[in-house]
Amino acid sequence: MTNPVTITAPEGLPFVEIEREFDASVAAVFNAHRDPDLVTRWLGPNGYEMRVDRWDFVPQGGYRYLHIDPDGEEYAFNGTFHSVRENEFAVQTFEYEGFPDVVAIESIAFEDLGNGRTLLRIHSTYPSLEARDGMIQSNMEQGVREGYERLDGVLAA
Amino acid sequence: MILDPSADDRLDRAFMALADPVRRGIIARLSRGPATVNELAEPFAITKQAVSKHIQVLEHAGLVTRTRDAQRRPVHLDAAQLEALTAWIDRYRLIHEQQFRSLDALLAEDRTEDAGTTTGRTREETPS
Repeated sequence: MTNPVTITAPEGLPFVEIEREFDASVAAVFNAHRDPDLVTRWLGPNGYEMRVDRWDFVPQGGYRYLHIDPDGEEYAFNGTFHSVRENEFAVQTFEYEGFPDVVAIESIAFEDLGNGRTLLRIHSTYPSLEARDGMIQSNMEQGVREGYERLDGVLAA
Repeated sequence: MILDPSADDRLDRAFMALADPVRRGIIARLSRGPATVNELAEPFAITKQAVSKHIQVLEHAGLVTRTRDAQRRPVHLDAAQLEALTAWIDRYRLIHEQQFRSLDALLAEDRTEDAGTTTGRTREETPS
């Protein structure tokens, strides 16, 4: 019963668009974004521990958290919550501290599809195409390493 | 660097292409440098025509290219394309897919609790 995720990175524009439906009410999906105890249970890749320094999902609030990989390597992220409208919409900035000063602006729309279903739409704008592609391709060394290990497996087979 | 439906087709072709041991062997050989069809056919107990077909599949998937070099037509590995496969899929979409599946699981738990069929486990008791 997994809903597909659609990710679009249009050629020539520094955007990333992500869409995903959930079999849950808009209030539940919104709350899973607002409550830091819940956020730590889903945000970030599998196998990583998440530690929240700060999470104020309110207008002019902000956040800082770390993903810790199984080797103990830490990856820190921070940003501000610019707008937050309950069960509807949020705008936040996103900065990976490994690439300081490259800040994306993300809008998140929570859309009630009725029948207890919700559509989540994320639109991220990066300062440049290079920043977007860099973020996608290299912001977590772990992922690259896993990618190359898989490639090694492919080549060794 | 696009993950739209047409890019999905390309990824499908690439993964289909890599699902065959002969083609993986060809990719492995090409990772050490370009080679001609004859050179690529050597390690395999199949005809040169069959190897040519495999190369066509890899070419169609965008994983290899062929150039003309005097009388030779060496086959080259398109490393960027291979890297794009692993970079995009492993690094970005899979992370989001995993993340959203975790969110699915969390939301499913909430629904169970809302429906009054809770197993008695509260968030406070959830191991962190």
